[in-house]
Amino acid sequence: MTRWLAALVLLTAMAMPAMAVNPDEILDDPALEERARDISAGLRCMVCQNQSIDDSDAELARDLRVLVRDRLVAGDSNEEVVAYVVDRYGEFVLLRPAFSARNALLWATPAIILILGGTAAFAFSRRQSRSQLGEALTEDEQARVAKILDEGEERQA
Amino acid sequence: MIVELGHYALVLGLALSLAQMVVPMIGLRMRDARMIAVAPPLTIATFLAVSVSFAALTWAYVTSDFSVRNVWANSFSDKPLIFKFTGVWGNHEGSMLLWILTLALFGALVAFFGANLPSRLKAAVLSVQGSVTVAFALFILLTSNPFERMSPAPMEGRDLNPILQDIGLAIHPPLLYLGYVGFSICFAFAVAALIEGRIDAAWARWVRPWTLVSWLFLTAGIAMGSYWAYYELGWGGWWFWDPVENASFMPWLIGTALLHSALVMEKREAMKVWTILLAILAFSFSLLGTFLVRSGVLTSVHSFATDPQRGLFILLILVVFIGGSLILFALRAGTLRNGGMFHPVSREGALVLNNLFLTTATATVLVGTLYPLLVEAVSGEKISVGAPYFNYTFIPLMIPLLMAVPFGPLLAWKRGNLYAAAERLWLAAALALVAALVMAFVLYDAPVLSAFAYFVAFWLLIGSFADLWQKAGFAKNGLAKGWARLKGLPRANWGTALAHAGLGVTVLGIVGVTTFEDETVLRMTPGETTSFAGYDVAFNELTPGKGPNYTYDRGIFTITRDGRLIGTVEPEKRIYVASRMPTTEAGIQSVGLFSHYYVALGDPPESGEGIVVRIWWKPWVTLIWYGSILMVIAGGISLSDRRLRIGAPQAARRRREPLAANATPEPAE
Repeated sequence: MTRWLAALVLLTAMAMPAMAVNPDEILDDPALEERARDISAGLRCMVCQNQSIDDSDAELARDLRVLVRDRLVAGDSNEEVVAYVVDRYGEFVLLRPAFSARNALLWATPAIILILGGTAAFAFSRRQSRSQLGEALTEDEQARVAKILDEGEERQA
Repeated sequence: MIVELGHYALVLGLALSLAQMVVPMIGLRMRDARMIAVAPPLTIATFLAVSVSFAALTWAYVTSDFSVRNVWANSFSDKPLIFKFTGVWGNHEGSMLLWILTLALFGALVAFFGANLPSRLKAAVLSVQGSVTVAFALFILLTSNPFERMSPAPMEGRDLNPILQDIGLAIHPPLLYLGYVGFSICFAFAVAALIEGRIDAAWARWVRPWTLVSWLFLTAGIAMGSYWAYYELGWGGWWFWDPVENASFMPWLIGTALLHSALVMEKREAMKVWTILLAILAFSFSLLGTFLVRSGVLTSVHSFATDPQRGLFILLILVVFIGGSLILFALRAGTLRNGGMFHPVSREGALVLNNLFLTTATATVLVGTLYPLLVEAVSGEKISVGAPYFNYTFIPLMIPLLMAVPFGPLLAWKRGNLYAAAERLWLAAALALVAALVMAFVLYDAPVLSAFAYFVAFWLLIGSFADLWQKAGFAKNGLAKGWARLKGLPRANWGTALAHAGLGVTVLGIVGVTTFEDETVLRMTPGETTSFAGYDVAFNELTPGKGPNYTYDRGIFTITRDGRLIGTVEPEKRIYVASRMPTTEAGIQSVGLFSHYYVALGDPPESGEGIVVRIWWKPWVTLIWYGSILMVIAGGISLSDRRLRIGAPQAARRRREPLAANATPEPAE
């Protein structure tokens, strides 16, 4: 039943707002527990939609949380724990996709669009401004504008 | 009988919208004034037919007519009346009917209020709008008929998905649909302009109110969905980068870009081609959102059905409308001439920057949402793109944009002076810096780095008013005259300042809750007390009970600080009778103006006494939604600006005009 709910309710923590850890899973060593929480937030609950094992009530997520903690207690580094889990469950388990050739397009898209769009916009506006825009107002024009504005103000007052 | 009448009315609506699409278009080709003039009455007739159809389905829900398959599958006789109403769109078929109703409604509004639109443009717009209605009416009649009967009629229904039985979620879809479908009007205007081959500043003046309407409903809808997730899912999260959230967020981002580029077009006749493209894209993303949600490509709570036939049909609609409009755009865009010239440092330039970042952000969200599908289609491998990806990419894109916002309104059209704008903003910067340091350093003893996040938020919040401050000129004019000047400003200026400030408030809430949130989880038995985040929480009792269509376990907790009562919360775990589905009702206590103390019940532990209790301290979290409300209000204020009210007689304002013109240094439009 919980699994069903978890599958229905799609969650991924923005920072770490969510938490499904049960009190009996928590490690005694607070430093290790914090590392466990960090790792868990980046691992996907495989039976859920877009939910990390840290957020999910699903049994599988629970098993994975316990596995992560077991590996940490056994002395693994964070990277070793993640590698261990990815070995077993595949890259699907990573909520943050790896920086690999296959994901190049994914990671590069924002930069590509920003650079191309920025270049295009800049080139366009330069072409435009060169073609017709005059320079800033001359001193004479400035004075005339100021005079007109002042008159308006007096009339209003 | 009423149900059959509803079915009939829907078919009639299809026929009428077909006429609405075809007749005016032929009239435009043949220059037949009568065929052109028939567009508005046909549009209104379509709306009436669809309304009858929607009313009939509502009737079936309210009277619990379980012989209708749709009602049987999604309702329950003991369900509270309000959820019988909202249950109409709490399922795939009904929600699509609501979509069509909204389409027809907006078409009818253009027909009704567009008296001063040139009749050719109006006919073209209504014709395009009619074509969208035709597509969706066909979709619903062919693949998702809500009026289907079953025999023999069951005695009892299967009940609405319990997590949808909540007032927050009940009004979330209609708000989103008003936003999504509102963009269909912008789309219709864009396509009509391309077909007619004419576009000018007046076009932007008609499109901008519709963009504004869609944008403010979409803002409200997204904020409502976010708040609902926050209190209902029992995790206390408010944004998850879920594909379905992204589906509504992308049209919002593009819609925000459109709102700004239409401004340039209206005032300066520049960026025409780009604005047309954005208008097409905004609706395309709305359609894409509908496809992603309804097709079940991304399975989630929102996809009530995963029927491949439906997915294929919507995909077809998607291809025809997006593909068709983009081809038309490619063919005709060259004929549109751009008007005003501008220097890179100018109001226009700032709005180009806004558009650049917003479209890049949209592209990022799009790629992140679809990449797993792409990878799976190409290589068969499955990957996940979750919140960390979006946090890594989206947030860095937003920071420069947010920092630039206060500059925008201070730059003059055509050629601005960045140095002068910065000079007017130093006070805002100084105030923001002080506020940020006080927040991070003094209040929370946090590293200075997190003060930067606060600085961005406060800068946005305070800097948004710099434009009004400058226009009032309190220092030069004194209080009374300054105030008079402020009152004389066009409402759109107020709208701009408030919307930007609202964004600042939302960002402040996000920064507050992400940097200083705290959480704990423990097992508690009634009678126990725990201390967390400076408050004492006493678990008084755990009582089982029975609601109208569910049973619950309710915990009662008293929250105190130094012996002073803060409040009592009653979180629940519910089991809905018909579906046997559990839901969580969080217990939320407001602390101060903007913070929450959030208590949720977990499961009873496998062994031993008590129940798992999760407690969160959520500082400033409500600012996220207050900011959104402010943005919606700001949208309303802008909308009420005289300049946007099409057909409003100009003369009435003329007497006050000198004041406003004087207070606004921009060139008069």
